[in-house]
Amino acid sequence: MLNLEFIFPEIFLSLSIMFLLILGVFKKDSSKLIQNISSIVLLITAVITFNETIAIEEILLFNESIIIDYLSSFMKIITLLGAFLVLIISSNYLRSFKILKIEYPILILSSVLGMMIMISSNDLIVFYMGLELQSLALYVLATFNRDLLKSSEAGLKYFVLSALSSGLLLYGCSLIYGFTGSTNFNIIASQLNSNEYALTFGIVFILVGLAFKISAVPFHMWAPDVYEGSPTSVTLFFTIVPKIAALTVFIRFLYVPFLNLIDQWQIIIVFLSIASMLFGAIAAIGQTNLKRLVAYSSISHVGYALAGLATGSNQGIQSSVIYITIYIVMNLGLFSCLLMMKRNNEYYEDIEDLSGLSKNHPLLSLSLLVILFSLAGIPPLAGFFAKFYIFKSVIEQSMYFLAIVGLLSTVVAAFYYLRIIKTMYFDKEKEKFDTDHNIWLKFSLTASTLLILIYFIFPSQLIEAVSRINII
Amino acid sequence: MTEIGLGHYLTLGAVIFTIGVVGIFLNRKNIIVILMSIELILLAVNINLVSFSIYLNDLSGQIFTLFILTVAAAEAAIGLAIIVVYYRNSGTIRVEQIDKLKG
Repeated sequence: MLNLEFIFPEIFLSLSIMFLLILGVFKKDSSKLIQNISSIVLLITAVITFNETIAIEEILLFNESIIIDYLSSFMKIITLLGAFLVLIISSNYLRSFKILKIEYPILILSSVLGMMIMISSNDLIVFYMGLELQSLALYVLATFNRDLLKSSEAGLKYFVLSALSSGLLLYGCSLIYGFTGSTNFNIIASQLNSNEYALTFGIVFILVGLAFKISAVPFHMWAPDVYEGSPTSVTLFFTIVPKIAALTVFIRFLYVPFLNLIDQWQIIIVFLSIASMLFGAIAAIGQTNLKRLVAYSSISHVGYALAGLATGSNQGIQSSVIYITIYIVMNLGLFSCLLMMKRNNEYYEDIEDLSGLSKNHPLLSLSLLVILFSLAGIPPLAGFFAKFYIFKSVIEQSMYFLAIVGLLSTVVAAFYYLRIIKTMYFDKEKEKFDTDHNIWLKFSLTASTLLILIYFIFPSQLIEAVSRINII
Repeated sequence: MTEIGLGHYLTLGAVIFTIGVVGIFLNRKNIIVILMSIELILLAVNINLVSFSIYLNDLSGQIFTLFILTVAAAEAAIGLAIIVVYYRNSGTIRVEQIDKLKG
């Protein structure tokens, strides 16, 4: 029997995309309208998804090729909320670059649809289709400011490297299919006991492809260029939303089909995690462009999230999910500040443009201070707890080396966050920035700062929500 | 004459795949060549999947191939569009001159 009601969020989203496309074609100057409708659509989809999580345990649909469980619903909801916030805070930025077109929200909606399919995939074919739907939309988004050389170069680089990684991933999929005889994750899991070389090759190829998508070292080289070149609102989208989907896919691949071969992939994940944490922390030191710095900092944050996955325990997965959730809130706040750095319709994105910010804009610099401290992992802010849960679960599996490297790279990373704070508070002041910000921009900055600040009072809400994720 | 078996097809697939990957990294001249290399990688995967599908007597490999063919077409279309946009802005598609973003 078909249980269509369980994929109702996806159906609703895809119908809305088609409706919005037609509306955009027939109604002139409808970009603002479509932007508003799209954000409402994302919100409604999140509500529908939320309504369905309450009752269900684990449901397999379409010949077991789609899985709806608590993990998928949780990740879908934060994907949708993240995309919603990106949409509502980016309209002013887009307008000042004259790229507020109908395609922008529609492309975001279609990439979100692709991510939702990725998140609940339980089959290699479905996973691949979701992945491509997501990346095809993201290629265009990176190139969205198409009259700017930087943006088109970012899109070109992203396209080439992402297509290459899809190719590697597919080659791994073909090997896995050939040596287990199925594309279904559960059947692969039951067939994957033998120690055949080809299977190890397949796993390595798939992990390399996924590491490209999540921008883990040594497959990170696209991230700084693409983050710097794309329009800032698209960079915000890149730093938060695809990371959620990629992390979920990582969890699914590692803990459903490949669980039996944990000895073989664990060392790979530990390596990816250590390399990302260290490289992200060290390479960010020399950066002057804030967007580039965010790229390196997101590489090192991905390293921490992967450290949780490397443990091979339910607790590790849960700590990774908490980490990525808190990371999204922090990045949302950081980018809200970045989108506020505007003077006479021109946006500034270098660290030195922040100098003396505290004299002209005390509130803005205070919230930036909170966000940066949290990113550096200073207690009692939310970023500290995120790292704390990761280290706790890593140490419980007695992987001391990983924990030590993680702590050391936190210390290194604190340097460049503190340098920004020093620039803000102790350097010579510059001209004032504009203050006529969009209400939603103010809202997202205030909300994320408050969430980071008061997280330590109510940590149990998030922990409880996440504790229902049981993969193994 | 030796019988042509699964191993031969897999070797062919692996060789084409390697040519594709090496083509992306060694190519210093033209972006179109990179697009062709990407296409080669996807086609190598298709050879793999189809031969596995025949060998396993299971249809899903061939269905997977059809999906990959469709996606490859879409990807080539978007890739060419991005290259056109890039060419309009910079006036060149030589790989070694794509270096505005660095650091």
